[in-house]
Amino acid sequence: MAGFTGAPGTGKSTLVDAVIALLRKQGSSVAVLATDPNSPFTGGAIMGDRIRMQRHALDGKVYIRSMGARGHLGGLSLATREAIRLLGGFGFDQVILETVGVGQSELEVAAVADTTVVVLTPNLGDSVQMIKAGILEIADVFVVNKADIDGYARVVAELRTMMNMAPKREWRPPIIPTIASRGEGVDKVWDAVLGHRKHLATSGKAQELVERRLRDETAEVAAELARERARRALEDDPALAERLLNDGTPYRTAEEILDRKG
Amino acid sequence: MPKTATKPVRIVVAKVGLDGHDRGVKVVARALRDAGYEVIYTGLRQTPEMVVDAALQEDAQVIGLSIHSGAHMTLFPAVVDELKRRKATDIVVFGGGIIPDDDIAVLRKKGVAAIFTPGTPLQEIVDWLRKRFPES
Repeated sequence: MAGFTGAPGTGKSTLVDAVIALLRKQGSSVAVLATDPNSPFTGGAIMGDRIRMQRHALDGKVYIRSMGARGHLGGLSLATREAIRLLGGFGFDQVILETVGVGQSELEVAAVADTTVVVLTPNLGDSVQMIKAGILEIADVFVVNKADIDGYARVVAELRTMMNMAPKREWRPPIIPTIASRGEGVDKVWDAVLGHRKHLATSGKAQELVERRLRDETAEVAAELARERARRALEDDPALAERLLNDGTPYRTAEEILDRKG
Repeated sequence: MPKTATKPVRIVVAKVGLDGHDRGVKVVARALRDAGYEVIYTGLRQTPEMVVDAALQEDAQVIGLSIHSGAHMTLFPAVVDELKRRKATDIVVFGGGIIPDDDIAVLRKKGVAAIFTPGTPLQEIVDWLRKRFPES
């Protein structure tokens, strides 16, 4: 399972569309979970990732599902992991994740996907931005999309420099140029994903990932349940809510709520 | 149930047929988002099959269609028929566009739940959805 992430407008959906086309040519069935943000104010969302994938609309071996992040931070939806499991159960050969357009902290995809593909484009900003964003640590494969526009060589040079300065890892992420709108370089992207997958299997990292993921997911679901419980406690218990307002002690109130039975 | 745990109503919004006029549908999509709905916009030049397939994949409760090409008497019923064929008649279809009053009555009879013509206040569309899906 591969996850595609990157800043808004880097071409994630277009790249995923091209990857679907490639995988279909090879005879694989493909499921795509594409995440878009919900408005923090109304909860509503406009999800447009399908627009770029229209040509696969009537292909029965392609399933595309748009997921609202629904307030979950990290670039994915809380339900993404469950959805991945379900799609695996349905027998899809490949499952692909696409995150919301990420900024500087939505790195959850790295914890969920086997292989994280970070999509960059020329002229996104200087190297400091990239370091801040933490993408160096999460990327298993770098794609520099829109490689036909100015500034391409500079992005690649900056990436290389930063990788050379970072602590050595067993896996050195390859940098793949693409022009996703024309499908150029997409086969190389998928080769790189498969290469990384092989590395995971032979190095024993794959099993480690499975275990870590189960732990992470449990912690996350527990946090969500606790949040829900706190919300409900404050709604159902006016005395508690009033004391919170008078004393201004969210920490103590939170602990008290969690200490309560059931 | 706490408010945050309610399921947002999901709406697939599409332009069907050969019709590139998407300003209106984008404005409506935006209004629906601002009203708290999850809108899946599928883009231009969709066939009825594509729209219904998207609605099924996306587990949408509603399909919103926009037509400015004059082909509404063909394409709206085609979407309703495709829903019947796929056994998905629980999905509500509404539409908008430049559609004469006489046609609206016929389309309503053919299973299109509501038609909104140019000049309709956005709130009217939202109010209609709220009435249709009180839990949203």
